[in-house]
Amino acid sequence: MSFEQFIFYVLAAIAIISGLMMITVKNPVKAALWLVLAFISTAGLWIMAQAEFLGLVLILVYVGAVMVLFLFVVMMLDINMSILKEGFTRYLPIGALAAVAIFALIYMVVGPDHFGLDKVAAPDMKPAGYSNTTEIAIPLYTEHAYAFILAAVLLLVGIVAAIALTLRRRPTGAVLYQDIDKQNKTLAKDRFEMVKMDAVVEKAVVENEEEDKK
Amino acid sequence: MGKFLKHQIKTWGLTELFKGLSVTGKYFFKKKITVRYPEEKTPISPRFRGHHALRRYENGEERCIACKLCEAVCPANAITIESEERDDGTRRTTQYDIDMFKCIYCGFCEEACPVDAIVETRVFEYEFHERGPHIRTKEDLLAFGDKHEEQIAADRAADAKYR
Amino acid sequence: MFDAIQAFLSGFLYDWLAITITLVLQAVAVILPIMLVVAWLTYAERKVIGFMQVRMGPNRVGPLGLLQPIADALKLMTKEVIFPAQSNKYLFIIAPVLAIAPAVAAYAVIPFSDGMVVTDINAGVLYVLAVSSILVYGTIVAGWASNSKYAFLGALRGSAQKISYEIAMGFALVTVLMIAGTMNLTEIVNGQQGGILNWYLLPLLPMFFVYFISGLAETNRTPFDVIEGEAEIVAGFHVDYSGMTFGVFMLAEYAMMILISFMTSIMFLGGWLSPFEGIPGLEALFSWVPQLAWLSIKVAFLLFVFLWLRATFPRYRYDQLMRLGWKVLIPLTIVWVFVVGAMKYFDFGPWFN
Repeated sequence: MSFEQFIFYVLAAIAIISGLMMITVKNPVKAALWLVLAFISTAGLWIMAQAEFLGLVLILVYVGAVMVLFLFVVMMLDINMSILKEGFTRYLPIGALAAVAIFALIYMVVGPDHFGLDKVAAPDMKPAGYSNTTEIAIPLYTEHAYAFILAAVLLLVGIVAAIALTLRRRPTGAVLYQDIDKQNKTLAKDRFEMVKMDAVVEKAVVENEEEDKK
Repeated sequence: MGKFLKHQIKTWGLTELFKGLSVTGKYFFKKKITVRYPEEKTPISPRFRGHHALRRYENGEERCIACKLCEAVCPANAITIESEERDDGTRRTTQYDIDMFKCIYCGFCEEACPVDAIVETRVFEYEFHERGPHIRTKEDLLAFGDKHEEQIAADRAADAKYR
Repeated sequence: MFDAIQAFLSGFLYDWLAITITLVLQAVAVILPIMLVVAWLTYAERKVIGFMQVRMGPNRVGPLGLLQPIADALKLMTKEVIFPAQSNKYLFIIAPVLAIAPAVAAYAVIPFSDGMVVTDINAGVLYVLAVSSILVYGTIVAGWASNSKYAFLGALRGSAQKISYEIAMGFALVTVLMIAGTMNLTEIVNGQQGGILNWYLLPLLPMFFVYFISGLAETNRTPFDVIEGEAEIVAGFHVDYSGMTFGVFMLAEYAMMILISFMTSIMFLGGWLSPFEGIPGLEALFSWVPQLAWLSIKVAFLLFVFLWLRATFPRYRYDQLMRLGWKVLIPLTIVWVFVVGAMKYFDFGPWFN
């Protein structure tokens, strides 16, 4: 067994086990963490397939951002598992049927008829200077430029929609807001004034003091 | 417009941040004022309120007359006094305990004492490793007073004109 | 050198075993010095902050207190590790590992001088970004597994903050990549050859500050350490950690600080290049200084700035911090991406040839 094979089997085993754990584990936070592990091992497999850009971006985007937000939501939810499990036996036959159907479909597409060492030729090793990043970048920004821009616009629309849905302006009288820009622009001389005053001793005070001394 | 521009330059030039950094940068090279405690010590005032002591008159007679003013004034109820008539007809304490864990070193006992019997000394380096010794008995306090009498008397004398 | 070791080992061992042993040796050769630097960085931090507050800092253990980090490490290692009631034991133990593993793994692509790098991969910058983005899980998992409200609040704050500042950080790096035209860290440094003026510091001055500020936020250093916020949430995500589990979090934080300093000096300050390059007299005078020394000096200065900032600035309020990230740093970086694009288009300065 070569070193690459050893690493491949380790990563593949981790990916499969963590995938299984993700769908079987009860706690949603733990499920999300198993999914993270699955992502990381998959990224490792991609890097082994000499697609280091895809592998690293998978970690950067999915592990570093998407799953963190997922965890955020899941951690703050208080999910009542007993309600979710209601009617489990009643829906079991339909669920099992759907599962079998999906498994059959997947088997038909990626079953041993289409995959396997004899079906797919081994990918040729890339030369030392090969950069997966430029390989992806060149078609992305030439052939598929319009599709790329379209995807970007779609994402932008998504951002705008999310902000528009959650943004609610309430009258400033009803809620107190802090305007940080205004706070930052505040200067000491706007807040108070130094007044120059002569040092005057009040007469009554002096008289009282003298009386105390007597 | 000028004010706006000035504000923008000040903000994006991070002037205030650099001003702050220059202050700490200057202090980095200043002479340090740390007192390395066990080797170096800061001067102590004669009014310092540390470990308590019971004093005696010069003829060896203990000063305390068991008036219990200190017991009454103590805000932490740290002082416990029992008194009895002595053979010569004077009133003396049979028990004079100070719970050092309760004591807050306010110095009220010293102020209340009409005969300057209970005093607080400038000794502050003492510690207790178990319960028991932290309750200072009459014997402890008298012995402590005998041991430090010279210093105690000097401190009282130094502070006398302000009393 | 490691090739020779691998060749020697594979003479009498399985191939994969020889490779594994060599990789472990390489990792140790990088991690051991980093951990030593981390240890004495904690000492330097206490000393520097002490000096700025007109104190002396640690001066008891060993001459000038130089053995303080060893004493601290011994103390942390001998202390009991306490598990909070109803905490998730596995995740509780895994959290510090998740914090330190990425911080150390990122050093795999950092070039310490020309050719002195564990793996010289093409997507080096991307690798560092990706690996440091995993770092968030340390805080999240720690906060969640401790079963404590303070820890949980700290974790939520920390993860939101880190995600926000990662964007600004990524964009700042994009401008560097636009000038350098490569993601290989060695090539980025080599692209800055030819004296101080050729460093990317000058055309990317705002990005230098943005990167460093985001780095502060990424490592939870002082103006941005709301994640620990001892005034309101005690110690944030690691309240419930004690002994060495806590120590590992500290190690991770400092290792990350050093990493950010390395990245900043490689991206903007010419990495291991001498600042006297191209100056007739001085270049020959300083030609004996090894490349590693120049890089170390730059990194040490940036680390000093980390400590200097900590001694100077108070903590940001959380909404101000988010505003700075989203409304100031990110728009600034996006504007600068276009500025660099224009500079590149017009072949501006010595940087685009």
